Amino acid sequence: MSYKIAIASGKGGTGKTSVAVNLYHFFVQRVTNNIQLLDCDVEEPNDVLFFKTKELVSEQVINQKIPKIDEQVCVFCRKCSDWCEYNAITIIPPVKFVQVNDVLCHSCGACVESCKEGALIEVEHPIGKVTNFDIGAGKGLLEGKLRIGSAMQTMLIKELKKCQDTEVDIVIYDAPPGTSCSVVESVIDADFVVLVTEPTPFGLNDLKLTVNLMLELGKAFGILINKSGLGSDDTLKYINNNQFELLGEIPFARDFAKYYAEGKLGDQLPKELALHFEKVVENINQKMFVHEGNHHS
Amino acid sequence: MKEITILSGKGGTGKTSFTAALSAVAQNAVLCDNDVDAADLHLLLHPKINSEQVFESGCTASINPDKCINCGLCYSKCRFGAVVQKDVGGYEINPFLCEGCKLCQRICPQQAISTEIKTNNSWFVSSTRFGTMVHAVMGPGEENSGRLVSKIRTRAKEIAKEIEADFIINDGPPGIGCTAISSLSGTNLVVLVTEPTKSGLSDAGRLIELIRSFKIPVLGIINKYDLNDKISDEIEAFFEQNHIPLLAKIRFDKVWVEALVQGQTLVEYAPDSDIASLMKNIWNKIIEN
Repeated sequence: MSYKIAIASGKGGTGKTSVAVNLYHFFVQRVTNNIQLLDCDVEEPNDVLFFKTKELVSEQVINQKIPKIDEQVCVFCRKCSDWCEYNAITIIPPVKFVQVNDVLCHSCGACVESCKEGALIEVEHPIGKVTNFDIGAGKGLLEGKLRIGSAMQTMLIKELKKCQDTEVDIVIYDAPPGTSCSVVESVIDADFVVLVTEPTPFGLNDLKLTVNLMLELGKAFGILINKSGLGSDDTLKYINNNQFELLGEIPFARDFAKYYAEGKLGDQLPKELALHFEKVVENINQKMFVHEGNHHS
Repeated sequence: MKEITILSGKGGTGKTSFTAALSAVAQNAVLCDNDVDAADLHLLLHPKINSEQVFESGCTASINPDKCINCGLCYSKCRFGAVVQKDVGGYEINPFLCEGCKLCQRICPQQAISTEIKTNNSWFVSSTRFGTMVHAVMGPGEENSGRLVSKIRTRAKEIAKEIEADFIINDGPPGIGCTAISSLSGTNLVVLVTEPTKSGLSDAGRLIELIRSFKIPVLGIINKYDLNDKISDEIEAFFEQNHIPLLAKIRFDKVWVEALVQGQTLVEYAPDSDIASLMKNIWNKIIEN
């Protein structure tokens, strides 16, 4: 079974992507080549921008199932409309009017179950793509990319995870920002979650929201402070007071910001910056040993 | 009345600090925090809550083990993987995966499944020193955040009408998914705040495509432009190609963070700074537009 590490943060722009791709890089260098990276930030997937080598291996369109009502068979009983919790189906019996709103549809299948006449069939409707990239090292990058205009990001993340390589030792999930259902979907099966934050009041507020989510989900997590020195020490106090695990502090420097801006990765980073990521890799590697031990005992 | 929505695609480009600074220079505006997943605008505007309302965000199923005969029908029919097998045998619902479709409840031959309305989300109408603010708090891992955005925007519009406000300023969410879509529909103007990183450019591109589908005019801001002049130039060229007027380029300055740590908008914290006067300029250009 793969060991699954999710990289999350409530606030956007704290450095999730940069942490995810660098952890991938240093895991390959230090621990194993048998590792895969999943970009679960399907609204704005950016992991691929960080890799110099990227060859498209395969690409798959992901669809959701949207009901279609056959007006010749439909008896206009309105049961499907009653069963739809998302108000996606409108039926007006006197004028024999039927309509399905695909933006509201969650593809739960309740309408199809409800119809005794067999008047509903489901048709495929694209919500995005899953692309497999060879990135020169490890088992590569699997990227989910939401079709522009689709609101089905959570379903796409679920489908993206179905495409992952089950034979790898480690999977890294780069999660979207926020604390809603798409974040839950990204971290739900993770063995360990790295919460990336920045020491500003915004960063701290969103960190607390995300920590609450992790506690509710019962997830093991550690906190990585990025852009340290920019803001105040309230974040550090919060971590210490609650005895959460601090995975490291990456200092803010204009130079580092520049590396990120240009999508620099791993070996291209200055040694002092690389050391921070190596330390986190070492730490998680220890956790993996313990986890594996627990699994075999 | 004109509704202005601040969006970015990428998170962390400075939307909220920018929105707060804009609120400080705007006149006669209602403020609305559309980033309900990770709302932060209140940290700068310090709203005094006047009214609180619960937002019902759908429901969650649960299985009564006394009635359940472990037939597995719900397990096989649930498309969200929310019905899970217990280690000790039998089934239970993972509330975090349940999307409240009620299919399991409807098809259970034993009527062993019931659903309960979730009341983890609240929204507020508050007073701030810059005017009325509508905002929300979401429970962890909640769904239907798009609907919550629609709800608070509707309320903000009603209030704007009642008090004859000239503007609504929406602090938008990152991304292009359900909350971004709910923030966009029906708004009059988008101010796109981006930053000079490869991700910032790529995300702005996807957002612009979404905005186009709604046929809403966009004005561009390049925040922290001097962190990477080369990519900043690329973004400027990209805006030009897409006929998006560049509203302003704002230089990187730690004063934004210092103001934030003090719980103030930049305009209040550094009223005589060049950035404060730039914010006034930006507001004037927005209302001329």
